[in-house]
Amino acid sequence: MGKSNIVARTGNEAMAEAMRQINPDVVAAYPITPATEIVQIFAGYVADGLVDTEFVPVESEHSAMSACIGSSAAGGRVMTGTSSQGLALMAEMLYIASGLRLPIVLADVNRALSSPINIHCDHSDTMMVRDSGWIQIFSENAQEAYDNMVQALRIAETACLPVMVTTDGFIISHGMERIEILDDAEVKKFVGEYKPKDYLLNFDRPITVGALDLQDYYFEHRRQLAEAMKDSKNVILNIAKDYAKISGRSYGLFESYKMEDAKVAIIALGSTAGTTKVVVDSLRAKGVKAGLLKPRVFRPFPKEEIAEALKGLDAVAVMDRSDAINGQEGPLCVEIKAALYDKGLNKPVLNYIYGLGGREIKLDEIESIYKDLGDASKVKKNSVIYLGVRE
Amino acid sequence: MAEKKQKPGWKELPQGDLIIGGGTAREFKTGDWRSERPIHIPEKCIHCLTCWMYCPDSAVIVKDGKMMGFDYDYCKGCGICEHECPVKGKAIKMISEKDAKKGCI
Repeated sequence: MGKSNIVARTGNEAMAEAMRQINPDVVAAYPITPATEIVQIFAGYVADGLVDTEFVPVESEHSAMSACIGSSAAGGRVMTGTSSQGLALMAEMLYIASGLRLPIVLADVNRALSSPINIHCDHSDTMMVRDSGWIQIFSENAQEAYDNMVQALRIAETACLPVMVTTDGFIISHGMERIEILDDAEVKKFVGEYKPKDYLLNFDRPITVGALDLQDYYFEHRRQLAEAMKDSKNVILNIAKDYAKISGRSYGLFESYKMEDAKVAIIALGSTAGTTKVVVDSLRAKGVKAGLLKPRVFRPFPKEEIAEALKGLDAVAVMDRSDAINGQEGPLCVEIKAALYDKGLNKPVLNYIYGLGGREIKLDEIESIYKDLGDASKVKKNSVIYLGVRE
Repeated sequence: MAEKKQKPGWKELPQGDLIIGGGTAREFKTGDWRSERPIHIPEKCIHCLTCWMYCPDSAVIVKDGKMMGFDYDYCKGCGICEHECPVKGKAIKMISEKDAKKGCI
């Protein structure tokens, strides 16, 4: 294992650091709170000559992703960052990036979608584009943000799919934490050189990128994309194994915290999982068999593996930091229910919509969820509760 | 009876919606979109090459500085050539594709 370096970094700084060490060919970006700092800090690296990156400041996020697609199709290693409305604005281009199988890496700092305008954390932006064909990896803290960015590059280039790495807006993006970073040389060796099979600047093998399909070909091309997303699960696991060798930190499709003998568990994404671990510890001290399952990879959704991990529970609570406005439950809850159903596990699932627009989620609120899970009358109702909203 | 050739399945197509090879537009004969076609009247033509300049599909054939006719593989029958021809009475006439196929000019 290589020498590690302990530094103080916010989530944004950690992601910018990873980008500096990766030294991509092109970064095309547009600023938006709370993601701006990632590319702003990176622009500083460019100005100081610490990277060889061609930095392209564009006029909108739609242009940012368009420029990223062009550069990536030309054969370059490309990265960018955005949030919320920016991700929404580039949404059509996200689908194009994945359809063209371009290994672009995007740092998405989770921020609520308008309307109302809100600059604070929720997961609605990532959830909006969950069908876009991008691999989606959630980070609990700044350490994970750094580690996920480095791995994302390799994952993207191996799976030939674009990857977005998320962090919770302001909570993680602007929160200073102690993290360990790798040596520049180690990251350089880990990511290696980008050698695409086909690229526009290859004059020996000319290609057409972005062609039209009629009714007779579109379906076959989309079927390919579906298969690639399925296959990416193993790619993610293999690269995590390689990363563990150089970092000493192990990653999987999700994290199981005190789940081995748990009877009640919460499923939560991002920084809330970190907060929930504190609650789990305090409940365990009181003898409650509480656990936490923290999905790391949301796309592809590790349906089988998560259902397997939930097998032994009496009841499950899914915390959704976004609302799908589908008249039923939140996006994570829908996927968990489908996973359980397909495994023949008829478990009570309580859904808690929380934290929208950066509404703080507190320890006692999370504790109340575990209390509900232990209450037979509450569990029977399979309800959706809006936790923390003023009635 | 000849077997109908099956189109490639999803496993055979190139990755990333790519088309391998350059200049593939040449294989797509957009001329079959026509409902009208231009006919050249050489006796009236002054070889100013205005039609060649204006044609949006590069479908006017010019050789040694002289207008020779139309490339019907790619001419879409837009009629700009007839419209722009400066000759009085026109050296280009648009006729319906149906009439052209019947052989009457």
